[in-house]
Amino acid sequence: MLTEEQAWKLLDAVPDPEVPVVSVVELGIIRELRCRPDGITVVVTPTYSGCPATEVIGLGIREALAAAGAGKVDLETRLDPAWTSDWIGAAARAKLRAYGIVPPDGRAAVGGAQPIRFVRKTLECPRCGSTNTERLSEFGSTACKATYRCKSCLEPFEYFKPI
Amino acid sequence: MAAAMTQQTNAAPEHVEYVLRLADNALILGQRLSEWCGHAPVIEEDLALANISLDLVGQARLLLTHAGNLEGKGRDEDQMAFLRVERDYRNVTMMEVPNEDFGRTTLRNFLASAFQVLLWQALANSSDGELAAIAAKSLKEARYHLNHSSEWVIRLGDGTEVSHAKMQAALDYLWPYTAELFAANPTDEVIATSGVGPAWRSLEAEWEALVLPVLAEATLVVPARTPFKSYGKFGRHSEHMGHLLATMQYMQRTYPGARW
Repeated sequence: MLTEEQAWKLLDAVPDPEVPVVSVVELGIIRELRCRPDGITVVVTPTYSGCPATEVIGLGIREALAAAGAGKVDLETRLDPAWTSDWIGAAARAKLRAYGIVPPDGRAAVGGAQPIRFVRKTLECPRCGSTNTERLSEFGSTACKATYRCKSCLEPFEYFKPI
Repeated sequence: MAAAMTQQTNAAPEHVEYVLRLADNALILGQRLSEWCGHAPVIEEDLALANISLDLVGQARLLLTHAGNLEGKGRDEDQMAFLRVERDYRNVTMMEVPNEDFGRTTLRNFLASAFQVLLWQALANSSDGELAAIAAKSLKEARYHLNHSSEWVIRLGDGTEVSHAKMQAALDYLWPYTAELFAANPTDEVIATSGVGPAWRSLEAEWEALVLPVLAEATLVVPARTPFKSYGKFGRHSEHMGHLLATMQYMQRTYPGARW
């Protein structure tokens, strides 16, 4: 059997399949661990309803814990409270930026109450730091990201949307 | 995804009906949007429409699971999605009409997501805890859908002569179907007094306040209301629904219980 501390550590090595620089723990989707003598229950709050990575994440969690001898691994889905990008911590946000994805500002809970139409945020290019950037699309390779381009260094980049 | 499970209950039939309307609106619009995958005018919009479709199908999965639990007959999300017949679907007709072109698709997304934003906002306080949780989550997604479609409606409506004409034709086509959203019906009245959620007609003024300024900015002329009525949410669908279901269901109908 694993201790809760060991389990958290193991899960912190399970990467998000779409954004592999952050772990599922850093993403904030692991809400609770309950260790039992014969196994462990992992409580997960999914990100977007349509996120195709959800099932792969579940598999990654199971494999990591089972390989370390956790016994029976149960996954439990918790919808309330809904996942927010505010749960991505400061360290993980720095990792995202270094990876080339502009991180959310951690204040979605504040912005969520405002009308969002035509609110354009000026983003800093994660490669060259220029603020001369423009949005190409509200959606990117996954629902959680928008697509931008830097007009200084001419490179495209992604923005992890606050939600 | 391991769908959220709740206790099997014998909820009021109106409660099941109300959740099914939400679920089927999401499922059928999601299915329609999925038709764009690989066909959108530009790759950014291909990704956007596919992502919106995924959000909607994801919401539908949670809602169908919940409806199945409320119903208490042991039906899971797959049985609800793939093994019901046309008359048992409770989506409004607007969701099932063909995409036609990018303009009509965008305009429908706009009219639908404006409604969904208001509905999820209200349902986030539902006395049904599971429904409130799904609503709070879906609201975040619907806001992005509304933002995205609003910008396109303005860009295309107030665009070239051709894009304007296509958007006006799309509005003339879709507008009569929006009346169904706000048509009074006994299910809504029961639900409104139970605390589960609002009667949809109570959202009409707010919906118009969201929608009309954008349509005006898009230089589109809103048609007058006519006596036309559609009845999708009562299970009486248009001729397009059967074709949509044939596409969506044929795999489970041909190979019952197939999994991959």
